[in-house]
Amino acid sequence: MLDDKQPDALPDPLDVWSDEVFDVLLAADIKHVVYVPDSGHARLIERAIAEPSIKATVLTTEEEGIGVLLGAWLGGERGVLLMQSSGAGNCTNTLSLVQSCRFPFLTLVTMRGEWAEFNGWQTPMGKVTGQSLELMDVKAYRVEQSEEAAEVVSAVAESVFCGDLAAAVLLSQRMIGKKEWAK
Amino acid sequence: MGEVNSKSTAQLERRAVVSELLKDRGDLLLVTGLGSPSYDAMAAGDNPANFYLWGAMGSSVTIGLGLALAQPDRPVMVLTGDGELLMGLGALATAGAKQPGNLSIAVLDNERYGETGMQLTHSAQGVDLAGVAAACNFSHTEVIRDLNDVAPFGQRAQATDFGVRLAQIKIKAESPEKVLPSRDGVFITTRFRANLGFATL
Repeated sequence: MLDDKQPDALPDPLDVWSDEVFDVLLAADIKHVVYVPDSGHARLIERAIAEPSIKATVLTTEEEGIGVLLGAWLGGERGVLLMQSSGAGNCTNTLSLVQSCRFPFLTLVTMRGEWAEFNGWQTPMGKVTGQSLELMDVKAYRVEQSEEAAEVVSAVAESVFCGDLAAAVLLSQRMIGKKEWAK
Repeated sequence: MGEVNSKSTAQLERRAVVSELLKDRGDLLLVTGLGSPSYDAMAAGDNPANFYLWGAMGSSVTIGLGLALAQPDRPVMVLTGDGELLMGLGALATAGAKQPGNLSIAVLDNERYGETGMQLTHSAQGVDLAGVAAACNFSHTEVIRDLNDVAPFGQRAQATDFGVRLAQIKIKAESPEKVLPSRDGVFITTRFRANLGFATL
């Protein structure tokens, strides 16, 4: 088991919504989880690595993930890119693949630089994460409440894989920040 | 072409190299880097199992990696140039860490950015591309200077259980006549998938 907590401990909120989202990804027939780590994605990454039906690939920089997902699509498989908001800026030119080759692109983005941020160096990119993705025709959805995460990812995944939409789900720092950024 | 300052003495002709590399390709799936490697592959014969990159420079290795992971029983080759490889050098680390058994990379190294005026790349200035791949945990790396060594690398690329391979093939700085593949990315993608039995969307 991945969860090594005591049986009587309350589940970590991040683990709860992450597990729900992971089930959605499995249901959407996702075979590739490509990622640049972020603590907000820690549980999803852990689950992806442990899941035999998933190929989990760590990247050196986020735009690599767009190439890997296109290659996987050429080979008949679906995937998702997990990244932090700062990584969206690294992706701009490579996102031309999504338009030029018209392949289903889904990314889950954990936000920095927007809510109780203590590191101002995260703020410039955090302010324009959604805009930068939308500049390249990747529609950005936001999740503010952890209870909504699985529902939104499920709906967006359906639009991506059935409805010919390229999309990002931005997971708000307010939602994921409860545990992660206190120190 | 004007004189450029390089110590390269490479004599291999790129079209001859690619022809040798692909002559017994079997069920090889091919991803080509933008620019001359795409023209070279097209000159060797268009094939629905070819994916020609026309943009997103630096993405050839990652596309090949994703394809190799999704099609583990098919040999996958990335055919690219030194400039395109350099733009996504981190992808060698990503491929080396992931270690698909069926991925090979052939780098046509003319030590130049051939599409933009033959400016020297890092490869002309002391950077050892095969050495980078070796340091990234590739199972096999080599520098090829003899045409007789090209076909054996093509055969080596047929194995689907060998880890990641890279050949840095030293070629002349020349610009043969352009043989252009389709520039329609949707067509190239759809044709590639259909050839593997997958639907368009």
